Amino acid sequence: MSDPLIKFVNVFKSFADQAVLNGLNLSIYEGEILAVIGKSGTGKSVLLKHIIGLVHPDEGQILINGEPLNHLSDKRVQAFQKELSYMFQENALFDFMNIYDNIALPLVESPKFPKANVREKVSTRIEQLGLAGAEDKFPSQLSGGMRKRVALARALVTDPKVVLFDEPTTGLDPVRKRKVHSMIMEYQEKFGFTAVIVSHDIPQIFDVAQRIAMLDNGMILFEGTKEEIHDSNSKVLKDFIIGAGD
Amino acid sequence: MVMQNKFIEKIGRKFIKLIESLGRVVLFFLIGVTHIFTLPFQTPKIMEQIWFIGTKSFFVIALTGLFTGMVLGLQGYYSLVKFGSEAALGSAVSLTLVRELGPVFTAIMVTARAGSAMAAEIGVMRISEQIDALKTMHINPVRFLFTPRMVAAIISYPLLTALFDVIGIFGGYLTGSLMLGINRYVYMDTVVSSVQITDITGGFFKAFAFSIVVTTICCYRGYYTHLFKGFGAKGVSSSTTNAVVQSCIFVLIFDFIITFFLV
Repeated sequence: MSDPLIKFVNVFKSFADQAVLNGLNLSIYEGEILAVIGKSGTGKSVLLKHIIGLVHPDEGQILINGEPLNHLSDKRVQAFQKELSYMFQENALFDFMNIYDNIALPLVESPKFPKANVREKVSTRIEQLGLAGAEDKFPSQLSGGMRKRVALARALVTDPKVVLFDEPTTGLDPVRKRKVHSMIMEYQEKFGFTAVIVSHDIPQIFDVAQRIAMLDNGMILFEGTKEEIHDSNSKVLKDFIIGAGD
Repeated sequence: MVMQNKFIEKIGRKFIKLIESLGRVVLFFLIGVTHIFTLPFQTPKIMEQIWFIGTKSFFVIALTGLFTGMVLGLQGYYSLVKFGSEAALGSAVSLTLVRELGPVFTAIMVTARAGSAMAAEIGVMRISEQIDALKTMHINPVRFLFTPRMVAAIISYPLLTALFDVIGIFGGYLTGSLMLGINRYVYMDTVVSSVQITDITGGFFKAFAFSIVVTTICCYRGYYTHLFKGFGAKGVSSSTTNAVVQSCIFVLIFDFIITFFLV
């Protein structure tokens, strides 16, 4: 296997007196779909927020292509972060903007993206995600499933190299869940981005991700493929998957 | 001794928090100001905010100005008539409005109408992760949310103040001349002869200063909603209330400071 695109090395993070990450080690490889599973409150979203730069580690390092993030120049950090996209658990759509403006915002605000191409690019994503006809509506006028698709369209409109999904199917019915999963797989195949998905959809997420990492007590308890999960002897992992234990 | 130490610790902690907050406000303000001059200019957003802060405040400012002027006309007349100086009513009304009440009342009314909305809107964006979403899109949230509001306020406040002054002077005319019988030519003549250009520029300078004070406090309180007391909707409501109260207090403090240097 090649060198990881992103690597967490012994990362610690606390909020006030509460430790969230306790020496976390994790590798994320280019072009893969990695699912991060684990109980609620174990720091999965915090892990994603470290990658996008919303949260910074108290200790330890995050390596980007083998180089520590905190040693990179501001310009290179910005260049790396511009290749990332984040899909929030609650979508974080701008409720005062219509759907078109929500999706177009990252392009409109980018000084380098040609303004003449914005409409075409946004329209393509709207078509691809089945949102045609909803351009003038506001997020509050859409169903939960459609809002997810808008959030996905916004995350993909800049053609990111890495997309971070924070529980993309929370609150959706099984049919919509399957659709969102298919969508992620389809677009990952089409655009070739690296995807990190925080998810509670077990076992469905095992068919979406190529590798799975389980977070427990702020550390990675397991990292491997779907097949390796079945071979694992970890009781915590097995119990979590079948929903047993505390 | 232990009690004393704990007391000193408590004061120290509060002092450190205060210094931290002051540092945050100053940084927030400086980032916002710096981005006024960074390209691309945010003209459509500024226009939208001028419409919200300026145009939509037109009616409330006109109404407040009218009744303030009318009350000044009434009170001024009954005070001046005791000394046989009711002819100076135009002068009293216009100078009070142009120098003091115009900029202060305008700032307070706009704080109540637009400042509270700014704090609430940005506060909701904070608790619903919309500000984090801006960061993930590499959009500077202070530039996106604060800078256009500040520029719009800098443009709108002096104009609204001028409107308040003119309508207030007209309100004084309604009560002083039409109701209480002061000669209208005398009223208007004293207005024109007593108001100097320095009174007007002084009033505008106050309006300019208040626009910066109010937008900085309101946007700052909304932006850092998560750092203050209360969570979720309660946090936003607390931020909004505090933004309005603090803005009004600081408008009065700044009014005193500016007046002290202007007179």
